Amino acid sequence: MSDPSGAKQRGLALELRQSGKAWLFVAPVLVALAVVIGYPVFEAIWMSFSKDSGIDPATGMFVEGGSAGFSNYTHWLLQQCGSLNGMVSCPTGTLGSQFWSAVGITLFFTVVMVSIEALLGLGMAMVMGKTFRGRALLRAAVLIPWAIPTAVTARLWEFMFQYDGVVNRVLGTHILWTSDMWASRFAVVAADVWKTTPFMALLILAGLQVIPADVYEAAKVDGATAWQRFVHITLPLLKPALLVAVLFRTMDTLRIYDLPAIMTLGNPSTNTLSILVVEQVRQGPNSAAALSVITFLLVFAIAFILVKVLGANAVRTQEDQRKAN
Amino acid sequence: MALKFVPRATMAAASIALLTATFASGCSSDDGGNALDQNLTGRGPITYVEGKDTTETGVVKQLIDRWNAAHPNEQVTFKEQSADGTQQHDDLAEHFRAKQDGYDVVALDVKDTAEFAAKGWVQPLEGNFAIDTAPLLAPTVASATYNGKLYAAPKNTNGGLLYYRKDLVPNPPKTWSEMLGQCQVARDNNIGCYAGQLAPYEGLTVNTSEVINAFGGSFVGADGKTPTVNSPESKAGLKVLVDAYKNGDIPKEAITFKEGESASAFESGKLLFLRNWPYLYAQASADGSAVKDKFGVAPLPGDKGVGASTLGGYNAAISAFSKNKATAADFVRYLISEEAQQIIASGSLPSVRTSLYDDPALIAKMPYLPTLKESIASAVPRPVTPFYPAVSKAIQDNAYAALTGAKSVDDAVAGMQKGIETAGS
Repeated sequence: MSDPSGAKQRGLALELRQSGKAWLFVAPVLVALAVVIGYPVFEAIWMSFSKDSGIDPATGMFVEGGSAGFSNYTHWLLQQCGSLNGMVSCPTGTLGSQFWSAVGITLFFTVVMVSIEALLGLGMAMVMGKTFRGRALLRAAVLIPWAIPTAVTARLWEFMFQYDGVVNRVLGTHILWTSDMWASRFAVVAADVWKTTPFMALLILAGLQVIPADVYEAAKVDGATAWQRFVHITLPLLKPALLVAVLFRTMDTLRIYDLPAIMTLGNPSTNTLSILVVEQVRQGPNSAAALSVITFLLVFAIAFILVKVLGANAVRTQEDQRKAN
Repeated sequence: MALKFVPRATMAAASIALLTATFASGCSSDDGGNALDQNLTGRGPITYVEGKDTTETGVVKQLIDRWNAAHPNEQVTFKEQSADGTQQHDDLAEHFRAKQDGYDVVALDVKDTAEFAAKGWVQPLEGNFAIDTAPLLAPTVASATYNGKLYAAPKNTNGGLLYYRKDLVPNPPKTWSEMLGQCQVARDNNIGCYAGQLAPYEGLTVNTSEVINAFGGSFVGADGKTPTVNSPESKAGLKVLVDAYKNGDIPKEAITFKEGESASAFESGKLLFLRNWPYLYAQASADGSAVKDKFGVAPLPGDKGVGASTLGGYNAAISAFSKNKATAADFVRYLISEEAQQIIASGSLPSVRTSLYDDPALIAKMPYLPTLKESIASAVPRPVTPFYPAVSKAIQDNAYAALTGAKSVDDAVAGMQKGIETAGS
């Protein structure tokens, strides 16, 4: 890589950096980011360290709560609830008692949905990568579930999973798909897989398209079987694209709200962290802010692990690519 | 976040931009003094806020047109919210939290009234704002009263009715045991016996509190704070519901029913008895309903006599941040006047004035009115508490656990008690 234009660009970048003008050019973006991202994030963190307003017994009116220290966090993490009898362990029927189950359900959804979607998406991408008549039509058709708004998808599946809905009729079963513990979780997973697999497939397909055909031809000449070609060529070369797809979907699923909220709202066996946050906002916004921060840290930690340990990289710079090749 | 590389000047610029943006977004009331003591005599155009008007006659538009014809200098504008109760609450809360003066008179769901009162968002109706509550149904006035003060005027009310198949059961049951004793009729006809709204949402709170109140239980004491639910009466009430679900008198799928699903089950002839709101009467009498002319309504069943309906409906309140509170108070008084309540009742919304339930013209149009009057007369408001969302959650989560068999009835009632204890903290 020694093209003169690249060298010229690098020289320009260096000059800008030394003269301090670079900051001038990115300042508007930084200000915009500070306003739309920085401010709400700091506001949420600040809120999470204040108490929610409580009732002044003398007047029956709400008064500001003041500083909370870490009590909003311990409320969730240690399941402590204030009560008429001092601090008690949160009883069932309070949002506080559902924190760890919500974490478990969220992680369960993430692992199951992302694994199924990655496998199915890989299969679909392999099929769509082949050359055959009607390929363009197939690629367009596959996108339909992804193009439907999630709220609509959730409603559709809710209708299908109703007690006298099409699913029970076709299977000849009498399953309560929206209230039974495992059936409702299955229903949410099924709807999400149906909706999001095409998105996975397209991301993986993009990765497939950049693998040069001559690599496969060389392998064929050397007598590699189809399975060997898949394991030793496709998978390693597909890894970057696959990991980006998995990273995106993992972060999406950790925040999942709309599908379970519309299909099975109120059912404790599908309450995810985001549903808990939304319900808590109505009872006390500051405590909800603490829960949001906890959720953010969880998503961040898992994304960090994916990036650092597995090498998922959503932003591959030219430098990275040069190093890799 | 690349924030750590941002030089101080940029951060300063950013924060100044932020501050101006925050304050330019309009804090409309000056923070000097308490909003509740300001603009008490203001007159001028006002805005009335209510959820989506679903009445066939367009009740709200009629009400406002009449008012506007008579008050050219104090015109009322209608701000229509969505049909979803939760969104209505959140929209109002956002406006009030920001101290916006754009909403002058707001329609509050009965269950939200105490919360808005305790937060200082709505004017107490005393002194110049006092209203005459004598002609109104007593339970509706109780639903708008918090801490001994009236904070809103009941605008329209709502009570549960027992819909029954008069072609199969000529005499409606008065008590739970009588009703469940007639379930053999349902089994003979291969339909479900009883259903309500037992999906885990606000409707489950309503259904649970109705059966607990019917058996003499209660949720909070007279002070609105002390939990009183852990009693033998409450356990007896919840047990009736849970046992009926376990032995199949309440069909298995009823645990997924909200208002809509339960209504369509009754309309398609799959239920012998259904607890629902009055709106279903017109719907089930319409062409295309399988039970047209085959059903009647009765007051909800109780333990030894008529049961206790849970009160629904809306209360009209004056915003603390309104600029024209005198006009707002006049408009609130107009909403409970005979004239306005006639319009409300004609739109099939249950009126709050006692006299209208005996009006022959209205009864001809809505044959269920005498039954509804009986139902509302014995109605119990939902717990009047500023922490209603948490209280409701404690009730519905535990009731749902008892129905699904995850908890025993005794544990569920004890759980409600504990949940209500932690609600205010």
